[in-house]
Amino acid sequence: MSDTSESTDAADADGAGDADASAGADAAAVDADEVRHVADLARVRLADDEVETFAAQFGDILDYFEALDEVPETEREEELVNVMRPDEVESGLAQEEALSNAEETEDGYFVGPKVS
Amino acid sequence: MAADHNAFITEATIEGDADAEGPLAGTTVAVKDNISTAGVRTTCGSEMLADYVPPYSATVVDRLTEAGATIVGKANMDEFGMGTTTETSAFGPTRNPADPERVPGGSSGGSAAAVAAGDADVALGSDTGGSVRCPAAFCGVVGIKPTYGLVSRYGLIAYANSLEQIGPIAGTVEEAAAALDAIAGPDPHDGTTRDLSEVEGADPDPSYAAAADGDVDGLTVGVPTELFDGADERVVETVEDAIADLEDRGAETTEISLPSVEHAVQAYYVIAMAEASSNLARFDGVRYGHRAESDGNWNESFAETRDEGFGAEVKRRILLGTYALSAGYHDKYYKKAQDARAWVRQDFEDAFADVDVIASPTMPVLPFELGESLDDPLRMYLADANTTPVNLANLPAISVPAGEADGLPVGLQLVGPKFDEETVIRAASAVEDAN
Repeated sequence: MSDTSESTDAADADGAGDADASAGADAAAVDADEVRHVADLARVRLADDEVETFAAQFGDILDYFEALDEVPETEREEELVNVMRPDEVESGLAQEEALSNAEETEDGYFVGPKVS
Repeated sequence: MAADHNAFITEATIEGDADAEGPLAGTTVAVKDNISTAGVRTTCGSEMLADYVPPYSATVVDRLTEAGATIVGKANMDEFGMGTTTETSAFGPTRNPADPERVPGGSSGGSAAAVAAGDADVALGSDTGGSVRCPAAFCGVVGIKPTYGLVSRYGLIAYANSLEQIGPIAGTVEEAAAALDAIAGPDPHDGTTRDLSEVEGADPDPSYAAAADGDVDGLTVGVPTELFDGADERVVETVEDAIADLEDRGAETTEISLPSVEHAVQAYYVIAMAEASSNLARFDGVRYGHRAESDGNWNESFAETRDEGFGAEVKRRILLGTYALSAGYHDKYYKKAQDARAWVRQDFEDAFADVDVIASPTMPVLPFELGESLDDPLRMYLADANTTPVNLANLPAISVPAGEADGLPVGLQLVGPKFDEETVIRAASAVEDAN
């Protein structure tokens, strides 16, 4: 069974609002290639104008993060403990429920994009 | 009425238990749209989840309906909780009922606006770096950010797990506290929730609504200079008047210093973005959510899906988080941010050796005009200066209306020691009584 009924046109819904945000970015610590590299790592396709905007904004934001260098090394007294419990069989989501939001399914499986 | 402010993404009813008795019986609740509701779409304010219908409800939703509350809709929000104005929502901005030309704050802006406009008695928001308290302050209502581990996050679609808590928003301190009574408590589905009978120093059987008694006689209120420096003068004046009201009612105030909070915004954003980059990796269009019509291989398909599904602010945070965790930068950003987090926690612990609560403006600014800060992300981040330290330190806090400046609401933030919600609720109720 495949269900391809949904095809929203979200492609233009984002990014457009940031058109002139590059003003005032003088200390761009990040260039367009670095933005593209990180976007590649994060599996996010970017349009060229988004890359330019992000490069300028990331410069400002990372400059601001530089102040973390002033933070003294601090003793971290985490009071964290693992929370354990015995394994017990209990009911969970039915297969049909688990698959109910998938764009494409087949014989009770999710169908993903081709590998290569 | 709701449509006027665009407070709701989806209006749908989930009936509460009609036989329930107690303060929530018959009340109406707006639920932020990142909190799962079985059978009612839950979008996170994103195109990515525009058609996502959860097969189960969050623990907090079940607890509210079991207590007799009826869910009336899913409230608008900044996309995935990432914003301070509710303008990053893919479903359009919410307007502030106190002034429709201004933002309601964020990210739980729809929740606060629904309460302020009278569309719901109570609302649920989530607070990762101020997302309950900011909109409460901007809309002139009450918002509580519980201690990390008091309220179950099961069914909350994760943005930054180590920082966020679900919290109530209401018109009065007592109503918000009554909602907290209903949703608080351990949940086997969330291993980070705590059983208060096992927490040293905590009241094992708290009643938050009963704590809203306005009695602050003998209470010590710490006033940290760092959280007033740089704030709008009109905000500072209004908040100082509210603190003076507490003194009139028998509280003692004392100036304190929290030097670490100067680094809170930086630490918060590094940690939140890093966690977001990991959490939002799940949105690849295979199991749920939008999927691009792509001819490419899986990497290309995922990248196109995420390009189409995510808005600019979400992309920005995923990319910056990925950058901060990437080889060569992890120690410089993420490790230093964790050091800062430990320092902030220590600072608050030291302060609470001497004072019962800490008071400051919730937001250092008055509500922005619509569109004012959208093109300048850093400016938007800096508005979170007073709220983010609380999340870094896992503490409880409340924003209560302190009065108005130039006709706009101003919020007073009260922060308490871990799991001492009762004290911040008590102090906030005194502020409310004085107004």
